[in-house]
Amino acid sequence: MIDIIIKNLPILVVLTPLMMSLIVVLISNNFLSWLLTLFTTLITFIFSLLLYQEVYLHTAISYALGNWVPPLGIEYLIDKVSIIPIIIIALISFLATFFASKIMPAEINNSSISKVYSLWLLAIAGLIGLVTTGDAFNLFVFLEISSLASVALVAMGGQKDKQALVAAYNYLILGAIGATFYVIGVGLLYGITGTLNLADLSNRIAEISDNKALIAGFGFMVIGIMLKAAVFPLHIWLPRAYAYAPSAVSVLLAATATKASLYILARILFSVFDISDNLVTYTLQYIILPLSILAMFAGTIMAIYEKDIKRLLAHSSIAQIGYITLAFAIGTKASVAAGFIHLFNHALIKGALFMAITSMGFYINKRITINNLSGLGRAMPITFVCFVICSLSLAGIPLTAGFISKLYIIKASISADGIWIAFLILASSALSVVYLWKMIEALWFHESPKVLNIKEKPEIYIALLMITFLNIYFGLDASIVVNSSFEAANQLLGVQK
Amino acid sequence: MISSTLGVWNYWIVFFLMMIGLFLVIGRKNLLKKIVGLTIFQTSVFLLYITFGKIQGGTPPILNNINETVYSNPLPHVLILTAIVVGVATTALGLSLVLRINSEYGSIEEEDISAQDLIDYHDLIETSKKISVKFKK
Amino acid sequence: MDKNPILRIATKILFAPIILFGLYVQFHGDFGPGGGFQAGVIVASAFILYAIVFGLEKGKELFPLNINLFLLALGGILYGGVGIVSMLLGDEFLSYNVLGSSKQAGQHIGILLVEFGVGLTVSNVMIALFYAFVDFKSSNGETK
Repeated sequence: MIDIIIKNLPILVVLTPLMMSLIVVLISNNFLSWLLTLFTTLITFIFSLLLYQEVYLHTAISYALGNWVPPLGIEYLIDKVSIIPIIIIALISFLATFFASKIMPAEINNSSISKVYSLWLLAIAGLIGLVTTGDAFNLFVFLEISSLASVALVAMGGQKDKQALVAAYNYLILGAIGATFYVIGVGLLYGITGTLNLADLSNRIAEISDNKALIAGFGFMVIGIMLKAAVFPLHIWLPRAYAYAPSAVSVLLAATATKASLYILARILFSVFDISDNLVTYTLQYIILPLSILAMFAGTIMAIYEKDIKRLLAHSSIAQIGYITLAFAIGTKASVAAGFIHLFNHALIKGALFMAITSMGFYINKRITINNLSGLGRAMPITFVCFVICSLSLAGIPLTAGFISKLYIIKASISADGIWIAFLILASSALSVVYLWKMIEALWFHESPKVLNIKEKPEIYIALLMITFLNIYFGLDASIVVNSSFEAANQLLGVQK
Repeated sequence: MISSTLGVWNYWIVFFLMMIGLFLVIGRKNLLKKIVGLTIFQTSVFLLYITFGKIQGGTPPILNNINETVYSNPLPHVLILTAIVVGVATTALGLSLVLRINSEYGSIEEEDISAQDLIDYHDLIETSKKISVKFKK
Repeated sequence: MDKNPILRIATKILFAPIILFGLYVQFHGDFGPGGGFQAGVIVASAFILYAIVFGLEKGKELFPLNINLFLLALGGILYGGVGIVSMLLGDEFLSYNVLGSSKQAGQHIGILLVEFGVGLTVSNVMIALFYAFVDFKSSNGETK
């Protein structure tokens, strides 16, 4: 039995949530459906840890679906690169499910809770599948599974706030355009090379030079994925989708959804295409680098002027995605590794911040704006302390996870002769302190208009404590994350240099 | 030049449909028309793939025991079958969202909806401001 | 519409042949064009036709929502189940070779079950979509 599990781990990590989502939808008892979801995400997380062990003890695992040998059949590929997003998604989905126990029934009608958990598992399965698969078209299918499930989850917020429906609609339309662009790109590349396997594709692309269809295909794929990853000018769908989704869904999506797409972006740029190719170099230098810098500032400034806290955090996500793409755009091994470190840490930070804010919203039972935060910090000390720690982590204060990732990004940019980039990163981080302080000030120093009598519930703050602990832990001992990220960068950029 | 441009007329059809679809999605303010545009856009991609799969003189890819038969490429058709299913799911989800938006907002015009949203958003901030002002007194 | 005798009788006559045709497309998929997706839509069209002509209430009597949801999930589980069985028999996910006594028999059983799962899910998704859209009640509609 253990043999079978170990052998089939790459598919099990996708299949478990996918199959369980079909079973959860049939369960009418809400608590039971939550418990089953929690159990499923736990199993998935254990599988992902086993995969980590396998990848590091042995080598990359290539799994032939249906026993069809890779270039022809669909291949599931787990290597040192893809294991990082898999672990992030599995970990966050477990914590978010744990967090959802009390939050979800407060916002969703009783009759639709098991359906929401079914969609929830479907979204997780889609995201993990997206990362696992080594087949360009299979990737599209998972892209759509995850995004349609997330759209439906966001729309569930419509039971409380009608704006969620519009947010979900925009997410759907832009997501579908992004996915269709990606498919056009894949189609063009398939037309030239005759293969859909990502590894095989990269070999065959290396043989072709100077083909216009290749350039067009590359452009379509990259734009499509950038739209999904909410890279700066293509981020329009993100703030509203995250802000009006049900609380638990915001936590899950904010921490995981764009991360998977960012991983795909890195994969296309560095693994399918070659970084020594002019096409990729120019894209990185003249498109992604300036856009990332704009994203850092635009996101932060939009966050400073934002009054609605969930939207504020979503805007700050755009800035943080900017850091990650910036790190990718510098294009050295150290910087790509730094990008992966931030990919991991940002998932922890943003997940924790959304958890803290939405649990405050749960207790006062209305939308959180900057004005009704007053005095909440004193009323719920545990949530507040977690919120402050994670804010410090976001700003990049030492001893937190955020510091490690900022440190590595800055180090990488300096070693790549980009001292001005390092300055811009520092400036944007300093600006981010403005909106973080704005929230902390309101939480602690403003007095509440009425006496708040809030008793914090352990079901809600335990998940928050766990994720905050991880934030501190990976700030103190980042060796695992840093080493894995450098291994990933080595593998992505591999041969040259 | 002209013959090579017109010779690939199938790609022109794809291109034409793609642009119509994309224009409808971006240019129309009506949520329903956007979905129509999205469907046309996706259909153009289906045609793009099918075009790749056609080989001149190719027969359907079913084994017929004759040597040196040229078969058309079946793989794009299979891929598009999947893509069609994805497209159906997208359309269904989009239409159901439009229905819900219509029942909540009473309109499916983008301008009406964003006007209502803006009012709601200002209400949210203003009311909470009033509370904190009252307290300071 | 349920008052019109032509529609009623035509539907009653057509109902069984449509399903039969759906099943033909379903199982003919092994040897020629056809398969679960197409068959699922055809089978669903029979139930949708019934619901259009006799009304949604009668349609739901014939094919209740909970059975619909159950079959919808069952189709997916059947598909995944074939994969899990092939894993338990010691081969890769969805590897049909190990399912039967010989490779050919295994392939045959595997594709039959998988396509049946697909057909089940597709037909039930179609019916569920139809029910959901027809049954949609506007929140303003009741007050106006």
